[in-house]
Amino acid sequence: MKALLWRDLALAVRAGGGFGLGLAFFLIVVVLVPFGVGPDRSVLALIAPGILWVAALLAALLSLDRIFALDFEDGSLALLATAPLPLEGVALIKAFAHWITTGLPLTLVAPALGFFLNMQPAAYAYLLVSLAIGTPALSMIGSFGAALTVGLRRGGLLLSLLVLPLYVPTLIFGAEAVRRGVDGTGAAAPLMLMGAITLGCFALLPFAAAAVLRINLR
Amino acid sequence: MSIWEYANPKRFMDWTAPVMRVAFAVAAACLAIGLIWGFFFTPEEARQGSTVKIIYLHVPSALMAINAWFMMLVASLIWLVRRHHVSALAARAAAPVGLAMTVIALITGAIWGSPMWGTYWAWDPRLTSFLILFLFYLGYIALWAAIEDADTAADLTSVLCLVGSVFAILSRYAVNFWNQGLHQGASLSLDKEENVANVFYIPLLVCIAGFVALFLALVLLRTRTEIRVRRTQALLARAQRA
Repeated sequence: MKALLWRDLALAVRAGGGFGLGLAFFLIVVVLVPFGVGPDRSVLALIAPGILWVAALLAALLSLDRIFALDFEDGSLALLATAPLPLEGVALIKAFAHWITTGLPLTLVAPALGFFLNMQPAAYAYLLVSLAIGTPALSMIGSFGAALTVGLRRGGLLLSLLVLPLYVPTLIFGAEAVRRGVDGTGAAAPLMLMGAITLGCFALLPFAAAAVLRINLR
Repeated sequence: MSIWEYANPKRFMDWTAPVMRVAFAVAAACLAIGLIWGFFFTPEEARQGSTVKIIYLHVPSALMAINAWFMMLVASLIWLVRRHHVSALAARAAAPVGLAMTVIALITGAIWGSPMWGTYWAWDPRLTSFLILFLFYLGYIALWAAIEDADTAADLTSVLCLVGSVFAILSRYAVNFWNQGLHQGASLSLDKEENVANVFYIPLLVCIAGFVALFLALVLLRTRTEIRVRRTQALLARAQRA
């Protein structure tokens, strides 16, 4: 499992594309928002947490199809399927590698972009914590979606249609945690619920992802 | 003889032909009676005036929008466990019907909301979860359409339906957390006293019965069409080989 993780990480860093691209996309979305809604600082401060969450979600979505597609094309996924490591473990590790290459950098960069959007100082810690808890769920759900569409030639658009509705609960709790943290109405409840979603996703979705991978490899 | 024998495509075609005719007749009768009764022979409600009458379309369609997804879930489970092709085809056939029901519920709700709430759309938990359900239907139908191999498509959409159901329920309760509701509580329930007065209640029940029959008839019709399409494809493939 460790070897697979290192391989995926090395591929992500060396092959270019995926790794930096997600971050650049995140930056661009955040830069575009003030052009769209106007430079009013109070408006920006109000919508900053939501914008950052939606942008992080879209940036994570962008690199989803790389999770399995490349391995599927060159046949290494078929090798992994016959390896002693169960396919459930492969799905889990792939999702984890995706999180390290997209979710983690997004989480670390988000506060800096919050500064551009004039986010209230109180919100930084909540944004960081909520993204740290929530983005693993995005990666895991996404790897299920990627496994579902891996056999399709133009699966990218379909992938976003399938995955985005599944992101709704995570997004709600994530943005709500930041909002409540700023208001001082207690961010603990949404953070705990989001943690529950993340843990539930990591416990159950590898089985679903492995099941659809087996179907696609048939 | 077990119940599963009815899932044999040949037998399925035999017994569904009369059932479908009866379902269409019941649907037409119930909808005609229920809608005419509801629209012309019920009093106007004290506060809502005549706008209350949209309940005869809104509540049954919303009910069937959810039940259609539930039926797809059961059919998907049967396909995954017992591999009856008719089951997968029934799930596929139900999706566009459920999508149409969702759209009817959303549109009638918007038409009612305009005079009553002063807005066509509000980001209310119930409205939002219905919009999410609409997206789930779209994704499900799109996945069916995207995959060429029929068995692979049936397998993948079944798993999507299972996972989607869990997330649909999660979203349903997550949106409660996100925004307080404008939508009134449940109109009908099995365990509580009804929120709807008897004058409106009985025609509403007739309309619901009509929608259930209509859903059944449409799903049977579409499933039968799918079976015929499969059979034609098999015959064509055989003819090509020969």
